[in-house]
Amino acid sequence: MTKDNRIAGGQIDRAKTLRFSFDGKSYTGHPGDTLASALLANGVRLMGRSFKYHRPRGPLTAGSEEPNALVELRGGARKEPNTRATTAELFDGLLAHSQNRMGSLKFDLLAINDRLSTFLTAGFYYKTFMWPAPLWEKLYEPIIRRAAGLGSLSLKDDPDVYDKGFLHCDLLIIGAGPAGLMAALTAGRSGADVILADEDFRMGGRLNSETLTIGDDTGADWAAAAVAELATLPNVRLMPRTTVIGAFDHGIYGAVERVSDHVHTPDDGKPRQILWRIYTQKTVLAAGALERPIAFDNNDRPGVMLGSALRTYANRFGVAVDRRVAIFTNNDDGHRTAADLHAKGLKISAVVDTRPDAPRNTDYEVLPGAQVIDTKGRLGLTFAEVRMADGTTRTLECGALGLSGGWNPNVHLTCHQRGRPTWNDALAAFVPGENLPAGMTVSGAAAGDMSTAGALRGGAQAAKAALGLKGRLPALPDTEDAPVNVTPFWYVEGCIRAWLDQQNDVTVKDVKLSHQEGFRSVEHLKRYTTLGMATDQGKTSNMGGLAIMAELAGKAIPEVGTTIFRPPYTPVAIGAFGGRHRGQDFHPKRLTPSHAWAEEQGAVFVEVGNWLRAQWFPRPGETHWRESVDREVLATRGSVGVCDVTTLGKVDVQGADAADFLNKIYCNGFAKLAVGKTRYGLMLREDGIAMDDGTAARLAEDHFVVTTTTANALPVYRHMEFVRQCLFPDMDVQLISTTEAWAQYAVAGPNSRKVLEKIVDQDISNEAFPFMACANITVCGGLRARLFRISFSGELAYEIAVPTTYGDALMRRIMQAGEEFDITPYGTEALGVMRIEKGHAAGNELNGTTTAQNLGMGRMVSKKKDSIGSTLSERPGLNADGDLRQVGIKPVNPADKVPAGAHLMNANGPVDAAHDQGYATSACYSPVLGCHIALGFLKNGSDRVGEQMRLVSPLTGVTTKVEIVSAHFVDPEGERLRA
Amino acid sequence: MHDLLPTHALGGADPQVDTIGSVTIAEHPGLALASVAARLGSEAAVAKGLKALLGETPLPGRAVLHDPEAGFWMGPDQWMIGAPGDTHEDLADQLKARFGDTASVTEQTGAWVAFDVTGAAMPDMCELLCAVPIRRMVAGDAQRTMIHQLGCFVIRRAADDHIRILGPRASAGSLHHALVNAARSVA
Repeated sequence: MTKDNRIAGGQIDRAKTLRFSFDGKSYTGHPGDTLASALLANGVRLMGRSFKYHRPRGPLTAGSEEPNALVELRGGARKEPNTRATTAELFDGLLAHSQNRMGSLKFDLLAINDRLSTFLTAGFYYKTFMWPAPLWEKLYEPIIRRAAGLGSLSLKDDPDVYDKGFLHCDLLIIGAGPAGLMAALTAGRSGADVILADEDFRMGGRLNSETLTIGDDTGADWAAAAVAELATLPNVRLMPRTTVIGAFDHGIYGAVERVSDHVHTPDDGKPRQILWRIYTQKTVLAAGALERPIAFDNNDRPGVMLGSALRTYANRFGVAVDRRVAIFTNNDDGHRTAADLHAKGLKISAVVDTRPDAPRNTDYEVLPGAQVIDTKGRLGLTFAEVRMADGTTRTLECGALGLSGGWNPNVHLTCHQRGRPTWNDALAAFVPGENLPAGMTVSGAAAGDMSTAGALRGGAQAAKAALGLKGRLPALPDTEDAPVNVTPFWYVEGCIRAWLDQQNDVTVKDVKLSHQEGFRSVEHLKRYTTLGMATDQGKTSNMGGLAIMAELAGKAIPEVGTTIFRPPYTPVAIGAFGGRHRGQDFHPKRLTPSHAWAEEQGAVFVEVGNWLRAQWFPRPGETHWRESVDREVLATRGSVGVCDVTTLGKVDVQGADAADFLNKIYCNGFAKLAVGKTRYGLMLREDGIAMDDGTAARLAEDHFVVTTTTANALPVYRHMEFVRQCLFPDMDVQLISTTEAWAQYAVAGPNSRKVLEKIVDQDISNEAFPFMACANITVCGGLRARLFRISFSGELAYEIAVPTTYGDALMRRIMQAGEEFDITPYGTEALGVMRIEKGHAAGNELNGTTTAQNLGMGRMVSKKKDSIGSTLSERPGLNADGDLRQVGIKPVNPADKVPAGAHLMNANGPVDAAHDQGYATSACYSPVLGCHIALGFLKNGSDRVGEQMRLVSPLTGVTTKVEIVSAHFVDPEGERLRA
Repeated sequence: MHDLLPTHALGGADPQVDTIGSVTIAEHPGLALASVAARLGSEAAVAKGLKALLGETPLPGRAVLHDPEAGFWMGPDQWMIGAPGDTHEDLADQLKARFGDTASVTEQTGAWVAFDVTGAAMPDMCELLCAVPIRRMVAGDAQRTMIHQLGCFVIRRAADDHIRILGPRASAGSLHHALVNAARSVA
């Protein structure tokens, strides 16, 4: 039977009832509840088991800093582990399960770990599982991960979608508490573009959790009215459910908006979350402050929570965590909790105040100079043990214990640009330092201004300063302006199992052990003990650890410093970072102009960068890709084939100095290339290594079209722009990519001319249009086109280009024209086979380590001019005797394969790196030669033609006897392509 | 007159139009495009020539809007000129004839796909696509940006709820998919 802990008041909609379940048991709550508040209302304090010791745990907080109440939300593919029950907005049908347990939540078998706690101290794993090393991955780690951990993933694809977005504003205000709202009102009324983001689903911050008044309104009503006014301003964008997760460079902030987390299933097409990138001129950080607990033995029982959380549950959610409450405090704020709960009719067992001069109260008992030293209760708090000022002990009966150790300004985002907070003695807390992210000001409790009046004033001032608004501050309503009165008190002397970091089960003892073992840096402490790690990043624990570190080292807290605060502020789903870029949409596709036609032919496509290229065109009856490829090669060499080569990079180079520019970027000469001619060009990097190859066609004195390999289209264009803009800005040359502007097809084979003669509008005989000719022409009765007589296959071949919009039509026309010649479309595989047969280098040979010499093109590097890379290509190290040279490789036994990547070894002798002679770069089956062949690099290769060697692949255990041959397997004299 | 038929970027027989909520995404097929880059030393002459041609020279981040297109700034001393495709099929040749050796002119018609995005939710949709400050853009603003990893231009047209997106034609399908997804998100 569930207990009803609902009390009067709160900002929940009691007219509506929401049904939800936790660990299979049904409960009810109301709109406005969080999962935690609804469970507490039903008398459920136990919500999880701790990370290491599997101790029973309930919520410590009522916000995003929660270390304990982590649950699995939803089910199936939507299961979401490690979700904070304290921030999960309740919806009808919500399913939640506890996690990290073996058995039920109440009877977790792994709670045995708590009995073994003497052995499981900080560093236990590092010390214990050192030997034998192989067992770490196979045995120790799986066991440890099973025993210690948090939730589990569904291992199914997330069915929801996530968006990314971009926003711009004059002023970003982070946090919609009193400071943030006042800043937004001030800025919004001025007409500035304002974004107000708050992680909560209800704006107002602490105003929703307190009973204070602002003017004549309650704080919550004032906040609601402020939000209502802001909602009427078109220049203000209100973003509830939005966590600003990081402050990045140049006024850019990351924010996650939980668009559909509060509904059962996102509406069709709607994102679950949006990861926003916010560009802002100025920022007001009004992120408030987080209360900190006090450490004492067994301070982690369900029911022990921050005093501010007790107030939130009571005032905002109308929930009494228990009807009998004790308070343990070192500052006046603890008394505010007692007063609020007393006013709600709850029994205050006592206020235990560490300060001897604690303020007295007539409504409930105050124990000055006392400390809570222990608690009792198997699955939840039942009693608190108190050591009185005089040393005697006393037991308080209570089901809830509120801890008030003071407040830490929320400096997280102030430190994302490596800023460091500074210590404030009056608050006994760190406050924002001077080195803030550009454009940021901090106001309200985040700045250490802890009163409501200070927050309102600070928010208004910050907005005015940020926007440069003139004039006086707006009239501010009267509200509480209490000073901070705190006496630092971090932990109870002599405690042993006193939890500092409840998420990672780090105790005071662990911190002391860490210090004892020499981990003196705060960063080392964090790594050794795991204090401050995981989903909450130590928001409730770091200060306690630092204070103990300082005490042990005999230093002041600011001397110890803090660990680095890094984004994200709270955990972010990987899906939000991925956005729409997942699965088929991971990257955009580039489709060639003949793609639709190729699909009709049943082409098999391969990804080449973003391009989808036809790899081969299977025909009925062909059961293996090799059958298709062999057929395509033989058909092309025997008659005519056509291949879409649009993907090759095309760069339009124009200007009076265009030829001189090409002379710089290519190692071979271009200045004297005649108009109407094309030339093969080799581009070197600055260091003399080959970068890319291609052709440059001279269409006019001042106009070239440069082609690049598909893979290097972008890098080469970028390189050319760098050369143009940075190295030779005085050259008159203009560049623009035209890769996608022209559909370009290679028509290759002895009948290629006959096919094209039916399409082009002018004479393309060998005499009129010889090998390496190029021209602007027309086709099909007048369509502008470009024709290049160049060949990658080694056959008589042309590349014909038309504006892309006509690409599909041209391909169909070529196929129609070639029908009488059995024209065969061929894909990238056949293209690759033919270029290997011809000995043409491609990406495998231009692999970032090879030189023109290696490629057998050493003489192409002109000595008559200066070009990029030419000088460094002459380095002795790149020109030593016996350098690698490109060769052809054939198996001695024609039935043997020659695997690419295998290494060439002498026919006899050791097989090791020291005796390596070279390697095979590209391999294929040549249907023309009837055997496998390969290209490769061999030491002194040009002098070793005819030599028999071993091609060894230690990876696959294959050794093949091979013969070194010319790299030009087919038509070495080049007669075909000049036919 | 040649007899080859052009193909729309999305491959359909007719330009594709999708209406999702208040947003309409319409493929615009009839745009002839050519880039004009001033030759070294002829920058002023080309700017003057553009002014004579368009009425003004597009400044950085700006377009001169005619119907259906005129020109926008692409880079230092470089502009994209647009015109109706049915009357300016040979736009690049026309521009080259006009500017002669003062400018390098390159045909760009086939390189781009154009989508007109209109409707009340256009700004919301645009915010999910790219980093342009859409709510601050005024008629004639033109920004180079990335949409779904694709280099694009976003041109704010005359109507407050109208942008034209130029993206790489080979990725028209991917770009369209991204636009539709964003429209569904804000519908």
